[in-house]
Amino acid sequence: MNGTQQVALRRAPPPGGFARIMESRNILGLIFLLPAAAFLLVFLTYPLGLGIWLGFTDTSIGRPGFFIGLENYEDLWNDPVFWLSVFNTVLYTVVASVVKFALGLWLALILNEKLPFKAFFRAVILLPWVVPTVLSAIAFWWIYDAQFSIISYSLMKLGLITRPINFLGDPTLARASVIAANIWRGIPFVAITLLAGLQTISPSLYEAATLDGATGWQRFRHVTLPMLTPIIAVVMTFSVLFTFTDFQLIYVLTRGGPVNSTHLMATLSFQRAIPGGHLGEGAAIAVAMIPFLLAAILFSYFGMQRRRWQQGGRD
Amino acid sequence: MAQATQIPSGAVNRDEGGMGYLTSLPRRVVTIYVPLFVFLFVLLFPFYWMAITAIKPNYELTDYKHFSPFWVVKPTLEHIRYLLFNTDYPAWLWNTMVITVAATIISVAVSVLAAYAIERMRFSGSRTVGLSIFLAYLVPPSILFIPLALMVFKLGLYDSKWALILTYPTFLIPFCTWLLMGYFRTIPFELEECALMDGASRWQILAKVILPLSVPGLISAGIFAFTLSWNEFIYALTFIQSSENKTVPVGVLTELVRSDVYEWGSLMAGALFGSLPVVILYSFFVDYYVSSMTGAVKE
Repeated sequence: MNGTQQVALRRAPPPGGFARIMESRNILGLIFLLPAAAFLLVFLTYPLGLGIWLGFTDTSIGRPGFFIGLENYEDLWNDPVFWLSVFNTVLYTVVASVVKFALGLWLALILNEKLPFKAFFRAVILLPWVVPTVLSAIAFWWIYDAQFSIISYSLMKLGLITRPINFLGDPTLARASVIAANIWRGIPFVAITLLAGLQTISPSLYEAATLDGATGWQRFRHVTLPMLTPIIAVVMTFSVLFTFTDFQLIYVLTRGGPVNSTHLMATLSFQRAIPGGHLGEGAAIAVAMIPFLLAAILFSYFGMQRRRWQQGGRD
Repeated sequence: MAQATQIPSGAVNRDEGGMGYLTSLPRRVVTIYVPLFVFLFVLLFPFYWMAITAIKPNYELTDYKHFSPFWVVKPTLEHIRYLLFNTDYPAWLWNTMVITVAATIISVAVSVLAAYAIERMRFSGSRTVGLSIFLAYLVPPSILFIPLALMVFKLGLYDSKWALILTYPTFLIPFCTWLLMGYFRTIPFELEECALMDGASRWQILAKVILPLSVPGLISAGIFAFTLSWNEFIYALTFIQSSENKTVPVGVLTELVRSDVYEWGSLMAGALFGSLPVVILYSFFVDYYVSSMTGAVKE
């Protein structure tokens, strides 16, 4: 290929057939894209379609299914456990995202101050996000142990409670506990990405605001927040998306128990499909998550529009 | 820094200064250092707890009356020995390593080509492709695992490493492509034009101009892909059955918890060692990691 081309350049006639193909943007672009496109079409687009199709069948493990129309969805509609999982998922997502955002923003503001060892702090704070979720969730499992929980122990030592807290055994406490663990893991992501956004805000804006007599709160409310809005939209979309589709944390800590009170849609779908064997029903639950995800994606899309962004700002 | 917590919090005034030199030290201590250390404590405590449980003998582990749970009197390597010699843990580590490295290399290589094509060739429809790659990143594994399980089974890949090596790129490629697109955009067009004038082909431009200039971007994409696939759980849980083929997160969770006896020591040791490779990699490349994470939302 090089040979042909070099010759072609020296003699300066129009390049030959093969060389021309290799220089054509459309064809060469297609060749470059081919591996990625093949991977994504085979292992992402096709399964996505297959999943939607499975939702309309009664496929189980080891038995091909038949088209049964909306039966799976009708069953789910009348299934209190499914509705409980929808409620749990929404509760989990909303509470965890709001708290993650508030604490993450606070931490980002703290880290944005002049601090000694700032790089070190930033590196250490990201650790919960870097470590495999399942493995840190196992640590939380032990922290939430009914008998030997370190939290119960500390509170008992302080004289605040008399008996160990049954963190994962009581429906309300279990919900609070898994949400707390999710928040713990999510804060670093929110904080570090918002910090990156904060660092792009020019200090001169704060100086001008201060000269105009703005208080700290006013500077935050009228300078920081508006400048940060686009990045907040993107970060929170990701955060909501990850939280909504969370599986690992619940699977490790409670497996949906006690009495389904912590089942999320993802864990319910897994439970019905893999151990339960009802692939069709599991797929239907997974498909039921799509409208929520679309809403989140649309939200992100409009959030991004406010900023010249990835695709060059014209999307 | 320790005495920071001693400052009475009565003097708090919710007026945090944007310009550091305008605020007095006590105020800074209350509004910045105290919350910062509370954050640090909460975020890091589980790791300390993990580490201390991993080396604590069993009789200390469950006896809070005679031993303070916050410390270990007689550290032991028993849990770690058990983990290494009586379980498949070394095999899990090896599997995870092989799968992660393979998936990362495939994804980065494929993504470089795709990102270059989308970002620099500007072929017709490249912007649509770019947008659909971004959308692909938003499709979560929790939706795909059921149909993928069916596919993996039909392809005869069930319970093999290939099941994971081939499926992990589905979430790695969109991310890496997206990241590299952002990176390639920072490389001036003029360099490519010069190379074209000198008679370089697109392949040569990619190999000799673009890639050497985007080493930091490649490192970012690589370590992020490595971390993501090391941490992956739901596919590994669904597609792998036999103990010796499992990855670390799945193995620790499903094989170390037997009946009602929780081997907390070995569980924590397993979690700790399973986290180490990512943490070590991360600690060497913190800046790349941060830039890839923030670059993904910024740009």
